Amino acid sequence: MQRSLQIDPEKCTACMQCELACSYQATESFNPSQSRIKVFMFHETARFVPYTCTQCAEAWCMKACPVDAIQVNAETGAKEVIDSLCVGCKVCTIACPFGTINYSQSTGKVVKCDLCGGDPECVKACPTDAITYVDADWTGLDKMRAWAAKTDSQSGAQA
Amino acid sequence: MKHVIIGAGPAGVIAAETLRAADARAEITLIGDEPEPPYSRMAIPYVLSGIIDETGTYLRKDEGYFDNLGVEVVQGRVEKVNPGKCSVTVNGGNVNYDRLLIASGSRAVKPPISGLDLPGIHHCWTLEDSRGISDLAKEGAKVVLMGAGFIGCIILESLVARGVELTVVEMGDRMVPRMMNRSAGNMIRRWCEKKGVTVFTSTRGDGVEQAGTELKVTLSNGKAINADLVVVATGVAPNIEFLEGSGVKTDTGILVDQYLESSVPGIYAAGDVAEGFDFSTGARTVQAIQPTAADHARAAALNMTGIKTPFRGSLGMNVLDTLGLVSTSFGLWNGVGGGERAEVIDEENFRYVSLEFDEDQLVGAITLGHTDHVGVLRGLIQTGTHLGAWKQRLMADPTRVMEAYLAATQV
Ligand SMILES: Cc1cc2nc3c(=O)[nH]c(=O)nc-3n(C[C@H](O)[C@H](O)[C@H](O)COP(=O)(O)OP(=O)(O)OC[C@H]3O[C@@H](n4cnc5c(N)ncnc54)[C@H](O)[C@@H]3O)c2cc1C
Repeated sequence: MQRSLQIDPEKCTACMQCELACSYQATESFNPSQSRIKVFMFHETARFVPYTCTQCAEAWCMKACPVDAIQVNAETGAKEVIDSLCVGCKVCTIACPFGTINYSQSTGKVVKCDLCGGDPECVKACPTDAITYVDADWTGLDKMRAWAAKTDSQSGAQA
Repeated sequence: MKHVIIGAGPAGVIAAETLRAADARAEITLIGDEPEPPYSRMAIPYVLSGIIDETGTYLRKDEGYFDNLGVEVVQGRVEKVNPGKCSVTVNGGNVNYDRLLIASGSRAVKPPISGLDLPGIHHCWTLEDSRGISDLAKEGAKVVLMGAGFIGCIILESLVARGVELTVVEMGDRMVPRMMNRSAGNMIRRWCEKKGVTVFTSTRGDGVEQAGTELKVTLSNGKAINADLVVVATGVAPNIEFLEGSGVKTDTGILVDQYLESSVPGIYAAGDVAEGFDFSTGARTVQAIQPTAADHARAAALNMTGIKTPFRGSLGMNVLDTLGLVSTSFGLWNGVGGGERAEVIDEENFRYVSLEFDEDQLVGAITLGHTDHVGVLRGLIQTGTHLGAWKQRLMADPTRVMEAYLAATQV
């Protein structure tokens, strides 16, 4: 059974451990600006929303890539950027309707969550279980999936 | 079922893969007229700047990929389509089809000025073109780039990476006039000038002549510039000539309906050659961008196999990196009648955001100097999300797009 990240904003305290852990795993430095997961703060309502790629089935990024540089990891189901093939054209960054694949000016490539190969650091770092790694079937990512379906120009749908 | 695809660019290849995934037993023939394995022309700039070699442009990298997929790849130029006989004429013979996909793309066209047939003048459209450019665009070489549209600006980046002395000539009053408004287009121009590129806007090339070993380019502003290489990126046109007499209706490109089917039943079109529905306007247009080619191809292929897949229209969108200044544009970036615009300009730091609203829905956007989460602009536009109270917050500060998106979808 493939697993995916489940995010529960109710439990997030904006401690930012996930961003630190992610950036360290990805770049060997504690640099939240390099993190693939990002915590957004809604101070008016005191809500904090950790946000990253859901490895959506539509895989907009992968389908838009002109050089086959985004591929599915058969084990984890993650859509991974193959750095040696990525030319840095950024087409995926405008194709992804979630905005979860971003261009890094320091590497000249795009970066996104790859589930750390099946052992996500953000999950291990989260002290409040706001981010968990669970069976893909019950992730409650439905809101995002619905969003994905709505964006699908092939579904004929428009809100 | 026998499927024939004309054109082995991204649209042709993605269609072949989609056909195979939907029908394990279909016969699939992919006909392309370029000598290289199927490749992605939008990767050419990265060959020129040395990030990849030519093989890095190949659409699929595995040896034997198309054989393994059971797709017959034929090299040759289709001369004619014969709908009465359900066949195409190629390499002196006929190939029959049950369903035909035309994915023949566009080609670069020259503006009507004298001297463009001289040696040292190249388009930047094919791998062959890029070899000609590589030979001449040596460090210190004088290069004139005609056209600072989207494609021109992408090439600009690779020419500068090669260390040439560059002059850019653009007819419009700003750079990338069909993707950037005046504020953004002029900011890109200032950025380029700051990086040492000479830019003439509202200027035409009037003619080119040989001047000793160099070329002399005469401009409408009265100046003349000597060059070792002239790159012409002033426009493209769909490859539709071979359809003459076929009954397939064309305007700028091949007119297709919401199933990507042409006026002739059983003949479909996708990608740069297709004039399909635009998400924002509902009218038909040739968008000539990679994501649209990919989306068209997938929908067309499903329809060809009988899986009815209506296509609601593709969103015009572009992302551009001009010497490190990243810009994006989406949808109706120039706004709609009765709509509202939110804008922040930071001239000094080359950062810019404009959002175009129709009531509380986002319909278009431009960004400069932003690389994070730009995709949500597409998401918000294409889902037609009602922003409610967030519309006013974005009017006050358009950089808060990501929050608006999360508030509308997650919180
Ligand atoms: C330098 C450059 C940079 C670009 N950058 C971007 C970018 O950043 N973002 C973006 O979205 N888009 C970009 N594009 C555009 C993008 O490459 C095209 O939208 C895309 O290639 C369209 O795919 P296609 O399959 O429809 O057509 P093509 O890629 O043009 O493929 C069509 C193929 O059909 C062949 N063909 C034509 N007629 C026949 C015939 N009669 N018989 C057999 N074969 C035939 C052609 O030779 C060609 O090989 C760029 C293009 C260029 C040139």
